[in-house]
Amino acid sequence: MNYSAPLPLDLPALRQKARWVWRETLRIHRRSPETRVASALSCVEILVALYYGGFLRYDPKQPFWPGRDRFIASKGHGAISLYPILADRGFFPHEALTQIGQPGALLSVIPEPAIPGVETVNGALGHGVGVGCGMALALQRRDPDRRVVVLVGDGELHEGANWEAFMLAAQHRLDNLSVIVDNNRISMLGPTDAIVSHRSLPVKLEAFGWAAASVDGHDLEALLTILAAVTPGQPRCIIADTHKGRGVPGLEDAPLSHVTSIPPAQLDALLGETP
Amino acid sequence: MNDRVRSMRDALLETLIDRMAVDADLFLLSGDFGSPVLDRLRVAYPDRFINVGIAEQNLINVAAGLALEDCKVVAYAIAPFLTLRAFEQIRTNLALMAEFRPMTVLLVGVGAGFSYTLAGPTHQCLEDLTVMRALPNLDIYCPADWPTAQALAVQCLNRSRISYLRLDAAALPVLPTLRDEPADSPSSFRLLRTGGSLVLLATGYMSHVALRLADRLADEGKACGVIDLYALSRFDASALAGALARYATVMSLEEGFIACGGLDALTLNLVNDYQLRCRVIARGIPAGYRFGQGSREQLLTKAGLGEATLWQHVSHLATRENAPDEI
Repeated sequence: MNYSAPLPLDLPALRQKARWVWRETLRIHRRSPETRVASALSCVEILVALYYGGFLRYDPKQPFWPGRDRFIASKGHGAISLYPILADRGFFPHEALTQIGQPGALLSVIPEPAIPGVETVNGALGHGVGVGCGMALALQRRDPDRRVVVLVGDGELHEGANWEAFMLAAQHRLDNLSVIVDNNRISMLGPTDAIVSHRSLPVKLEAFGWAAASVDGHDLEALLTILAAVTPGQPRCIIADTHKGRGVPGLEDAPLSHVTSIPPAQLDALLGETP
Repeated sequence: MNDRVRSMRDALLETLIDRMAVDADLFLLSGDFGSPVLDRLRVAYPDRFINVGIAEQNLINVAAGLALEDCKVVAYAIAPFLTLRAFEQIRTNLALMAEFRPMTVLLVGVGAGFSYTLAGPTHQCLEDLTVMRALPNLDIYCPADWPTAQALAVQCLNRSRISYLRLDAAALPVLPTLRDEPADSPSSFRLLRTGGSLVLLATGYMSHVALRLADRLADEGKACGVIDLYALSRFDASALAGALARYATVMSLEEGFIACGGLDALTLNLVNDYQLRCRVIARGIPAGYRFGQGSREQLLTKAGLGEATLWQHVSHLATRENAPDEI
């Protein structure tokens, strides 16, 4: 069977699922401290809305099922919160979650395309929107009902190649392409605004010909509403305002959270687990 | 024949027009770069000709996205901008991605070596063989004439590989070959001349120079071998080693920076791998950028690779190595 029929979990179930993904992400980080946990925690609700909210169509038994929607986690470092979801949906066994970063393990610290459910090489930033543009162009001719969704970080948008792709997508009216910005406003060395400010992303994207809207990126209900909107003839950009290191005291919104690991004792306390 | 001298670019675009008529999944992406022949193509196939604008990074990324959706893609731009501006896109989204998914992408870079004679060093391309050869999963071709360019393009589009076709911007004559090789099925290299104890192993424009040098030697009653090597990453190594084995000296000739991993490195590795006893003399462009305009020959002369200089070198080697005591 495939999962093309919308799953959608109801709102309480989605919130529960988001809590579970948050906890699993911390567990992954507990075992593999080299993972970029803060960046992964800012996009938990975005991923849950996409995979459980009835938005993305996919078939875990056929990762390259032609009828799937294409999802690119262009902010590769922050995508470890995708792993529990892919395991939960049946792309690979749950036990793979316990082996991240170990020699011979299926799952890597930055997702690789050898992993079922991962479309492209990411981690090198600024590639996903352009590659997604190419996919959307092909699908626009062949199967315009399929969507291409690209998740980027706001820091990643410093890469100029994104803006080349934004221009092309609007020119070709790629309304099957959506970009979600995980706008946690912190890149590796501090607040994005203090490094090279984007000023207003919605204004910029609209000036580039996109339909752009901001949303609280941790509010599942708001995410579902905004994901469901359609804008014929225009690619869509959802600027999801989020908090890096969400839910972890001391990490959340910390300027250097990208390169901060959570101490094992704090993780155990957060998870309510005894080591 | 009128069509003996012809631009590789126009010949290639005509081939693409023919292919696009029968292959509905073939796209041509251009970095706002074209020619009158391209105008015909974009009128005929407006939905599969995509001008991404002056944006080579996006040219590669969009090509990768289309190829991942099983389209065949030709990405067409000026050689240095294609290979150098977009190098990391080629590395990540093509060379690296090709480890996981089959993709058919043909990168076509126009302007090999000094062939944009008047545009200066920004448009001239002396680094592409070096950087493209650094990438795994990439087939690199530097044809010396338009029939070879056409045939290579067809071959590349018939297989799921990433290829780079390095084209000269100038209209060049068709190279005469020794044997009746089928023009539509090039392999790795072709023998243009045999004889003597020196062989010139050249690529692209330098194959034409090598042929002229061999003909001058012949006028003096001497001989040297000439090999046009157009495949510069995957090639028939044992056949090439066999062709080189009879010679005492191999001179590699490339219109690219010398000692940076281009044809010279390929030659040295081959001689080493097959334990050939020939010595290798590498000739290419010495390090440095040269501003100022001139003809192709003037630019090459300024860079130390002019035909007169090469003639001195080659005639000296051919004289010495044709001496009876060395036969």
